[in-house]
Amino acid sequence: MSALRQIAFYGKGGIGKSTTSQNTLAALVELDQKIMIVGCDPKADSTRLILNTKLQDTVLHLAAEAGSVEDLELEDVVKIGYKDIKCVEAGGPEPGVGCAGRGVITAINFLEENGAYDDMDYISYDVLGDVVCGGFAMPIRENKAQEIYIVMSGEMMALYAANNIAKGILKYAHSGGVRLGGLICNERRTDKELELSEALAGRLGTKLIHFVPRDNIVQHAELRRQTVIQYAPDSKQAGEYRELARKIHENSGKGVIPTPITMEELEEMLMEFGILKTEEQQLAELEAKEKASA
Amino acid sequence: MPQNADRVLDHATLFREPEYEAMFESKRNAFECPHPEEKVQEIADWTKSWDYREKNFNREVLTVNPAKACQPLGAVFAAAGFDGCLSMVHGSQGCVAYYRSHLARHFKEPCSAVSTSMTEDAAVFGGLQNLVDGLTNASALYDPKMIAISTTCMAEVIGDDLNSFVIQAKEKNGFSKEFPVPFAHTPAFVGSHVNGYDVMVKSIVANFWTKEEGEPTPGEAINIIPGFDGFAVANNRELTRMLDLMGVEHTLLSDVSDVFDTPTDGTFRMYAGGTTIDEIKAARNAKATLALQQWCSEKTLEMVADETSQTTQAFNYPMGVSATDAFLMAVSEITGKAIPESLELERGRLVDAMTDSQSWLHGRKMAVFGDPDFVYGMTAFLLELGVEPVHCLSTNGNPAWEKKMKALLEDSPFGKDTQVWPRKDLWHLRSLLATEPAEFVIGSSHGKFLQQDLGIPLIRLTFPIFDRHHHHRFPTLGYQGGLRVLVTLLDAVLDKLDRDTEKPGISYDLTR
Repeated sequence: MSALRQIAFYGKGGIGKSTTSQNTLAALVELDQKIMIVGCDPKADSTRLILNTKLQDTVLHLAAEAGSVEDLELEDVVKIGYKDIKCVEAGGPEPGVGCAGRGVITAINFLEENGAYDDMDYISYDVLGDVVCGGFAMPIRENKAQEIYIVMSGEMMALYAANNIAKGILKYAHSGGVRLGGLICNERRTDKELELSEALAGRLGTKLIHFVPRDNIVQHAELRRQTVIQYAPDSKQAGEYRELARKIHENSGKGVIPTPITMEELEEMLMEFGILKTEEQQLAELEAKEKASA
Repeated sequence: MPQNADRVLDHATLFREPEYEAMFESKRNAFECPHPEEKVQEIADWTKSWDYREKNFNREVLTVNPAKACQPLGAVFAAAGFDGCLSMVHGSQGCVAYYRSHLARHFKEPCSAVSTSMTEDAAVFGGLQNLVDGLTNASALYDPKMIAISTTCMAEVIGDDLNSFVIQAKEKNGFSKEFPVPFAHTPAFVGSHVNGYDVMVKSIVANFWTKEEGEPTPGEAINIIPGFDGFAVANNRELTRMLDLMGVEHTLLSDVSDVFDTPTDGTFRMYAGGTTIDEIKAARNAKATLALQQWCSEKTLEMVADETSQTTQAFNYPMGVSATDAFLMAVSEITGKAIPESLELERGRLVDAMTDSQSWLHGRKMAVFGDPDFVYGMTAFLLELGVEPVHCLSTNGNPAWEKKMKALLEDSPFGKDTQVWPRKDLWHLRSLLATEPAEFVIGSSHGKFLQQDLGIPLIRLTFPIFDRHHHHRFPTLGYQGGLRVLVTLLDAVLDKLDRDTEKPGISYDLTR
């Protein structure tokens, strides 16, 4: 058995992290890898497509029922999904109450202490949004995920979030082994998306691992609570995810310490690509408009 | 006026004077909307009924008077047992004040520990800066040989990563790279002080072992992990005495016997005794590591087994004859050293004392509460004495403990009616004792309210003992300890007998 690889998917909310990660892992399992998914999102939707079911019982939900985490057994929380992928959802509080970050810490500690990671090839953490607090940085601490994959798109806020996540990784990179594995662009069909993604990857000192084109088949599969790999294994999109899986698999040990940029630098970069206009450009446009209407 | 300069009354007497009684009464009527006394009595009686007991045991989300403390308390206790080790608790100040006062109230000795004093801004931005400043200041002010960091709830909730913080303090912020800073995450809302003890001992030992090069070379010495023990001062010394008699080289991993028993001779000792760094390093090359309390050392023993080829074995607070026998025989087997005649004589004396007094203890009904290992060890000794344990309760006892307890009880005719209660608190115990009473309760000072409420005398034999002094100066482990525990039990039983026979005058005897 090869050494355990722990990876994590981060990215702006709604970017398609869970969809991308589940499709990729479903493809990775075809490479004979034993995989466990640890969903670190209170919404608990990181394993839905693998389990082909709505929401599973989360670690924290079960712990609350049993009285405490100490009363839980591993078998209670680990569910087996598509092609024996093991699935765990950390779960967490309802919106507006409690501390979701602590939930992530509690769940990951529980899994480690109970030997959930024994005999696995891959542990994949699917983490909500940015690194907003200590709890959501849990997967990038020492001895946890070694490679972080940032799911992003050509939208400005997605780029901004990706840069922020890189800052989080940098913070931990010097005290632990965490590295940035690369960016994964989930196409939104914004202007010059591929170029922009590659440029940001370059600025962060990493690479664009894969550009996942937009395809409606993903939605069709999702509505059926399935990955594309399962729903339409021969489709072009399934091929894309297999490609991504292969690239991640071959990316072992190639992660980097990211070099995040400032907000100004990010804006400058967008201007270079003509996406964000300079003030002169904006004024000129305004003038032209006024002339035209006059 | 009930008192004046010539007639000063103690407060307890003063508050029972008519003036005060009247004042209390009018306050009750004016502000407390009191129910009639009969009604209060009726409800009080009902809370002692089977009906209430059932309701009480259906409690799901409320704990009342848990017989346990939180993880950092155990961590501070464990860290105090290492030479020149200063405890630093990462979190808000009040928590540290609690550990210090808790230990000071029990041992009647000062307990030194520092806090990283996190305030609201640290809770928002993370406690890195507090930790860096804390390390720098504490090492300059208090001259420790190492600083052991544990955490409070606040630091745990916001997810402060000690590993990263300590590295950052050393790499970026100029704190000495060589200075040992072991750390353990001790969230107080999980587990109890026994877990905190475990992870802190593990962290301190592992901190030095991982830096050692080459494979360990097992020698003749053994390591002992005493566990969280309110009687550690005397027990650790008793342990050392017995092992010295056997000629067994040994190291106690965490020994608080000196720091919680410093002499008054004009010199304040912030640090005293304890396991030295060299001893910790040498402990890697021991033949075996024995833990006196299984549930205080699960993770530490696991680490020892992973890092070395040492034999590891855990006991459950060996009290009384057979448990001490088992411990000494295990030591003898591992080290090849014989148990000397002097210890055999001590054993014989304990057995003699037990038989001398057996008629007074045989068939007495007692309840025990406390940490899982204590309850196990105490119950085992009670069974040897012919006492019938009625309830054995441990708030921090888990299902594995329950199973082990039941196996112990099954082996003895005196244990056939004993009920085992893991994860239950002292309010549960109150219901249990009100419906299925015992003649005595064995536990900590917290049991005195059971005594007040139910009239069942409390025998103080485990941490914390706040309202009696210096009990911890006498051992409870080994044959000598067994003698001491036997005497404590007998005193309670015979005192009660005297009180009960005083009035009628029948059987109020000079000789018992």
